[in-house]
Amino acid sequence: MTTAGPKIQIQGVAKSFSVAGRAMPALAEVDLDVAEHELVCLLGPSGCGKSTLLNIVAGFLAPSTGTVLVDGRPVNGPGPERGVVFQEYALFPWLTVTGNVEFGPALRGRPAAERRRTVDRYLELVGLRPHAEKYPAQLSGGMKQRVAIARALANDPAIILMDEPFGALDAQTRETLQDELSRIQRVEHKTILFVTHSIREAVYLADRVVVMTSVPGRIRQVFAIKLPEVRDRFAPEFTQYESDITRVVKEEVAKVHE
Amino acid sequence: MRTAATRTAALIGALVVWAAFTSVNARLGWVNPVLLPTPVDVGRATLDLLRSGELIRHLLTSLARVAEGFGLAALTALGLGLLVGLCVPLRLVAEPVIEFVRPIPPLAFLPMFLVWFGLGEASKIAFIGYTTFFPMFVAIAASVLRVDVVLLRAAASLGASRADLVRRVILPAALPGIVVALRLGIGLALFVIVGAEFMGADAGLGHLIMEGRVFFNPAQIVMGALVLGLLGSLLNALLLTAERRMLGWRLPS
Repeated sequence: MTTAGPKIQIQGVAKSFSVAGRAMPALAEVDLDVAEHELVCLLGPSGCGKSTLLNIVAGFLAPSTGTVLVDGRPVNGPGPERGVVFQEYALFPWLTVTGNVEFGPALRGRPAAERRRTVDRYLELVGLRPHAEKYPAQLSGGMKQRVAIARALANDPAIILMDEPFGALDAQTRETLQDELSRIQRVEHKTILFVTHSIREAVYLADRVVVMTSVPGRIRQVFAIKLPEVRDRFAPEFTQYESDITRVVKEEVAKVHE
Repeated sequence: MRTAATRTAALIGALVVWAAFTSVNARLGWVNPVLLPTPVDVGRATLDLLRSGELIRHLLTSLARVAEGFGLAALTALGLGLLVGLCVPLRLVAEPVIEFVRPIPPLAFLPMFLVWFGLGEASKIAFIGYTTFFPMFVAIAASVLRVDVVLLRAAASLGASRADLVRRVILPAALPGIVVALRLGIGLALFVIVGAEFMGADAGLGHLIMEGRVFFNPAQIVMGALVLGLLGSLLNALLLTAERRMLGWRLPS
């Protein structure tokens, strides 16, 4: 399926939350298009509303004003065409790794043989075939997030929304999973919106990095990352992007402390 | 293995202390020995009632009342607990009423149940049902409310409908809490059955104990109490085993 327009269109989206009876703006007037097969990172100081924006695209929150269009149709709730990977993994603890990965296909009543093939394929992709019958409580954080990624992929969504998915992992595991996501994206070609506060992670993964302002969040600057698909974290071009973006992010972080 | 051995040893020890104390008392007469049944007295009373089939009859009568009262309460608590846990407006109505009724000691209402349902089975079953309903209902509703919203979001973005969410996420996520609620209910049912059978019953372990008082048979009172204790720990062990089987996923290994 090819669509003429952008895959995701965020149009004038703003969100305020009511805190003690007063409306506190979290997100102010965001416009952003994400093209099909593009990986866009939302980057910004903590509390800048980047997760709020992701939750609005996921359909978990309704925007106060504005709309989100997916394939030109407005979003008004969660849906299987938009898979979500959460920072806290959100695996179903009473299901095995297999049970978690086949959750989506099982909902749609896919036959058992097909489900088994799907599970095999995506567990292979994330390197967890030997752990298929384990329960989440028996897995490390990195393995849990791999299961969550396999679960999202097995449902075959066109879009994957990732909310600081590697934020709770140690630095080593974090880079391994970034490598894996980059490799998976070269095979799966999803449209990905990825929230992070790690500049390095954003430059490593993104086609475009969207830097957001501090509260209320709006788009400060967009960086197109013109680096090869397989990236080298130590290449001079890579570190150049890192320092360019760091300069902008620092200004925003400084504003929070003023 | 070790814990089973320790437990047996502790029980035998308690029995020895009981036997020693009562036999020393029989010699020295601190308390009138008639008032303090020895393990042998209790054992003899138990054997007599076992042989006549009376003990089994009383036991089964109590068990049937517990099963019916608890069963009815568990089903109602499950249905209403799920409903109230899932539906915000219902919760707003239910909460103040429950908070008002819950602190009333259930036994305070026992005479009311005798007035309403008479001296037959119905009053006992209704009373056990009433007593066990509230704590189970509150615990089940709370375990539904505690279901992590992020699990619901994960399921919804995998394509789950509202019915799917209830069946495939809320029920399994609340199950550990539901099992704890049921265990609580069984324990409580055994607790109050005695009280219910003290008043106007012609069978049951509570009646057996009361009969022991009326016919001045302390051995029978102790026996009734011990049988109830044994029954409680057996049921609890049974439920714990079932729980461990069903909810093995919670344990990392």
